[in-house]
Amino acid sequence: MSEPANRTQSRLLLALLLIPGVLWLVLLILLPHVDLAILSLKPHAGAGTQQLSLSQYGTFFEEPLYWHVFVRTALVSGLSTLLTLLVAFPIAWTIAKIAKERTRSYLFLACLIPFWISETVRTLGWMILLRESGVLPALLVKLGITNAPIEMLYHDATILIGLVYTSLLFMVVPLVSSLESLDNSLIEAAYDLGGKGLTVLRTIVLPHAAPGITAGCIVVFMMTLGNYLTPTLLGGKNSQWFTEQIYTQFITRFNWEQGAAFGFLLLSLSVAMVWAGLKVSGQQFADVMRRA
Amino acid sequence: MIPSLPRSIAVRWGNGAYVTLFLLFLFLPLAIVAVFAFNDAPYPAPPWHGFTLDWFIGNSELNRTGLFADTELLGSIWTSCTVALWVTGLSVTVGTLNAFLLERAQFPGKSALSVLMLVPLVIPGVILGISILAFASRLATLADDMFGLDLDFLRPGLPLVVAGQFSYIAAIATVTISSRLKRFDLTLEDAAYNLGASWFAVFRTITLPFLKPALIGSAAIAFLMSFENFNTTLMLVGSDSPLTILMYGRMREGASPVLNAVSIFLMIASAAVAFALMRSGKRTRS
Repeated sequence: MSEPANRTQSRLLLALLLIPGVLWLVLLILLPHVDLAILSLKPHAGAGTQQLSLSQYGTFFEEPLYWHVFVRTALVSGLSTLLTLLVAFPIAWTIAKIAKERTRSYLFLACLIPFWISETVRTLGWMILLRESGVLPALLVKLGITNAPIEMLYHDATILIGLVYTSLLFMVVPLVSSLESLDNSLIEAAYDLGGKGLTVLRTIVLPHAAPGITAGCIVVFMMTLGNYLTPTLLGGKNSQWFTEQIYTQFITRFNWEQGAAFGFLLLSLSVAMVWAGLKVSGQQFADVMRRA
Repeated sequence: MIPSLPRSIAVRWGNGAYVTLFLLFLFLPLAIVAVFAFNDAPYPAPPWHGFTLDWFIGNSELNRTGLFADTELLGSIWTSCTVALWVTGLSVTVGTLNAFLLERAQFPGKSALSVLMLVPLVIPGVILGISILAFASRLATLADDMFGLDLDFLRPGLPLVVAGQFSYIAAIATVTISSRLKRFDLTLEDAAYNLGASWFAVFRTITLPFLKPALIGSAAIAFLMSFENFNTTLMLVGSDSPLTILMYGRMREGASPVLNAVSIFLMIASAAVAFALMRSGKRTRS
């Protein structure tokens, strides 16, 4: 085969390889988001004018309910991320440092299994456990702790439990991988030099695990912020979750312009947190995503 | 802190207790779901009224609709399977092509493209859903206004659900397959070419078998992700509900134990896929 023919052929091959990926990104990611951005800048259909403006974003700031729910969603997501880190860290430590070979793989498997199972099923479990006629309230009555069954669903604490539960694995995995790479002899050295548990944790362990902690926190925060199922089912009418607002605008009220603006606000918050997390820890986006 | 250092008994016991509590926390909701599928009562709630299989095999004679008589539920499982098969096929195909593009080809803008391919993973599912919904409906309106075409697949319904799920599952497939292809030893292909093998023969006998675990793995993950997807699906769904959407609707109304029954099947299926994946993962590593 002659050189030019060969080059044409490899160009053709490259084009064939490029087309599906580019179509995917352009048609399903890029254009829809550009369209959503334009939609969010339009007045509500039927308002008469087609002038682009920030009025939909204005409504968001003028209507206390909207931005309250937004701030609340962000704060609860942050709190939930922190709680997930606190719950997951000892487990990750046990898997990475304490457990022996066999226990380690079983423990890891035990962490994995629930997350292979649909979030719907897990949430159903929590509902059966916590609702007024459910298992835990009945148990509390039986043990004589409460006189009548109490409603344990529809509280903020319930939402937090559900969110932490859903996120655990995504914190455990990056933590384990970052803790495994920590050389035990460093901890031993610190101990021999008289370091107490907390000092060693603060000066040796946490700095080493920082990339894993950041990766875990970014992923968990993002997932929590975008969650819909857990807050709405466990929080009921009190959930006040921002994704629910987006759904209401889009599907129930058919106010797509407002919904698009809400969507962009949520996306901005998500992107901002990812960016801040990467800045703080000095990591690359691609590395974090692969780690997770 | 670590076993090579002296740990007080309190610390050791504390650690053991914590791990036990953690496992209880992980598995209690799942166990509860399973147990109440067999409770002889119309609601999945205590007290225990005795063992029954009504929630699986019940029918109109028993005045209870069990899973196998619940046509709406069975239909939604079928819908979910159809959607998942489409998403899996598309994601693995596009993911494989992307992997070859990123690992083998050289072209300007490659690193930008490889980062762009990770972007769908950081967009909340709800937003993927609404953006595709709005864009598709704009296209449908355009086609209608300009050409008088009625493009039904651009209206909320299963084709859009497939598109929405594919939009981010393709990213997962791309990452999984690329990372396997990255570890491929190119000299193996060169050796085969030197021995006179054709391009196709090399691909079929050397490259493809090497990629097989990643292909199977990403297919299993894609299927599961699609089957369990809720956020994106919720925004794009039409009149045919996949299982997660149907279950969500019923859970809001106050569910009957038939949901527990279907959950048991979901648990068994997910666990089976997980175990199969882990075993095949182990075999390729050893």
